[in-house]
Amino acid sequence: MEKISVFSGLIAPLKRSNVDTDQIIPAVYLKRITKTGFEDGLFANWRQDPEFVLNQPQFQGAQILVAGPDFGTGSSREHAVWALRDFGFKAVFSSKFADIFRGNSGKQGLIAGVISEADTEAIWAAIDAEPGLNATVDLPSQKILVGELEVSFEIDEYTKWRLTEGLDDIGITLQNEAAIAEFEANRASWKPKTLPAKGV
Amino acid sequence: MSQKPLTLAEKLWRDHLVVKGENGAPDLLYIDLHLIHEVTSPQAFDGLRLAGRDVRRKELTIATEDHNTPTTDIHLPIVDPTSRAQVQALRDNTKEFGVRIHSLGDKNQGIVHVVGPQLGITQPGMTIVCGDSHTSTHGAFGSLAMGIGTSEVEHVLATQTLPLQPFKTMAINVEGTLRPGVSAKDIILAVIAKISTGGGQGYVLEYRGSAIRSLSMEGRMTICNMSIEAGARAGMVAPDEITFEYLKGRPHAPEGADWDAAVEYWKTLQTDEDAVFDAEVFIDADNLDPFVTWGTNPGQGVSLLDSVPNPDDISDPNEKAAALRALEYMDLVPGTKMKDIKVDTVFLGSCTNARIEDLRSAAEIIQGKKKADHIRMMVVPGSQKVRLQAEEEGLDKIFKDFGADWRFAGCSMCLGMNPDQLAPGERAASTSNRNFEGRQGKGARTHLVSPVVAAATAIRGTLSSPSDLEK
Repeated sequence: MEKISVFSGLIAPLKRSNVDTDQIIPAVYLKRITKTGFEDGLFANWRQDPEFVLNQPQFQGAQILVAGPDFGTGSSREHAVWALRDFGFKAVFSSKFADIFRGNSGKQGLIAGVISEADTEAIWAAIDAEPGLNATVDLPSQKILVGELEVSFEIDEYTKWRLTEGLDDIGITLQNEAAIAEFEANRASWKPKTLPAKGV
Repeated sequence: MSQKPLTLAEKLWRDHLVVKGENGAPDLLYIDLHLIHEVTSPQAFDGLRLAGRDVRRKELTIATEDHNTPTTDIHLPIVDPTSRAQVQALRDNTKEFGVRIHSLGDKNQGIVHVVGPQLGITQPGMTIVCGDSHTSTHGAFGSLAMGIGTSEVEHVLATQTLPLQPFKTMAINVEGTLRPGVSAKDIILAVIAKISTGGGQGYVLEYRGSAIRSLSMEGRMTICNMSIEAGARAGMVAPDEITFEYLKGRPHAPEGADWDAAVEYWKTLQTDEDAVFDAEVFIDADNLDPFVTWGTNPGQGVSLLDSVPNPDDISDPNEKAAALRALEYMDLVPGTKMKDIKVDTVFLGSCTNARIEDLRSAAEIIQGKKKADHIRMMVVPGSQKVRLQAEEEGLDKIFKDFGADWRFAGCSMCLGMNPDQLAPGERAASTSNRNFEGRQGKGARTHLVSPVVAAATAIRGTLSSPSDLEK
């Protein structure tokens, strides 16, 4: 995974709450067996509306999304994160994220930063005043700079560390191989096993 | 030595802790069972291949085909080439890595959350994961069961563990006795309406109280299934005699001395008397009505006896905006009686409500009754085994005589990845779990209901409860 530190990019507002992962990418786009190329599915139903924010010329090429509360609810599909990433987003901010979405983001190098509802409104107002504004996201100091506005965001320390270092989770876990093997040696023998298959 | 009293969720966490995280790092938990399906696994297997890794515990892993699979003509190749390729990828991957799979046509094929319990491989006290948010279903057995993303699927395949930040705990106390025609589905829809779709975020829910204790395993699974719709990653019910009775004799249930050892452990899986939950919610089962949704998230629900709410009565600006959008999408007018809403299609299926008990309860309502002429009804058993059992009991005949479509097992119209979809503008009463915009088909309108409300609705043609039917 690429290391993330400070970057600047076009910031876009998504003034909706409860943006579930079925809206982020509808199920019909989940049939691919590759891990890239999901940008066409991003907000596929909403993008058919010419008025939709990401169809506006001033938000073409947006890299930072600021959405209403309860972003990423519903289905566990990591495709939602892949679609945002493939579309060009590097960071999403909301006052509340669904747990699975936030976890998936952290695994894929997409910042899911928590900001207050008041700051969400303030950023939206700043964008409304000057659509096409660029913003700077500073992951190490957990700040977003939007014009004159400076907003702090929350992200858990561990995810931040992994993102800034570009670390792979599996590699980190496998450093605990001995502990895993020891745990396995002590598991009760009656715990169920799928093999050999029974009831077939 | 006095020990800190623990909740059930905390006990399960303790019993699966491999490495305690330090300095903000997550804990590393051992995973007892990993369920796999075709949609969220291909990229995970690819990741293993790229890194030259194997599946660490093949004997703790099991796959089934469910999300994409057709529910008609299952003996033929899948028509849609992308669906076919995805199912084929699962078959190839499980073969290459030596993972057990139940494919189309196999009696254990079906929705992954129906298959695990029916095989008896879902047991109390386990940690269970799957690349599907409705994995919370398995919490009905007193397990810590949660949905994960594809990166985590790869992680569990490679390491049989998962790094997790500890959750908070929330007790959902449901006391009292449900009235006739009111079921587990109504309890969970009422819970979600009460705490909202974000209310459970960061929590594991434990459903407790007399109304939960008197539910069958099927009912408990319905409730735990929809924990994710309240934002909670997991929901659970402490195991009891009903749990043990359900498990005994199932293919993978322990036997003999192993059974005794297992039950002895399972009986310890109760929240300690003095344990403290981080939050508590109370639901009165005595006065609960059948619950239905009017909007586009599962928290937008009301009693079937109520009317479509007026957004002007909602104080929270975000919720008000969401309600306005939802009413526009659903083409509903505030003040309309829920029972006056005419539906086009009734879907009885999904990991929420497609087990044998769900099919029985709906069949009991429609038996000898006539379907409303304009209604299309589709019945999709949760697994091939449920289908076979229903046929043995003659339920298929009741559904077919009624005029319903009797299908093969799978996720089907719950998410419309296969051809089972609603048309734009079509309105459904659905026993599934999500009424999101476009979930059951582009422009489709979904009302979430219980199996008996689905059945009564199919008879009357408008949202109805069994008590609305002529005797």
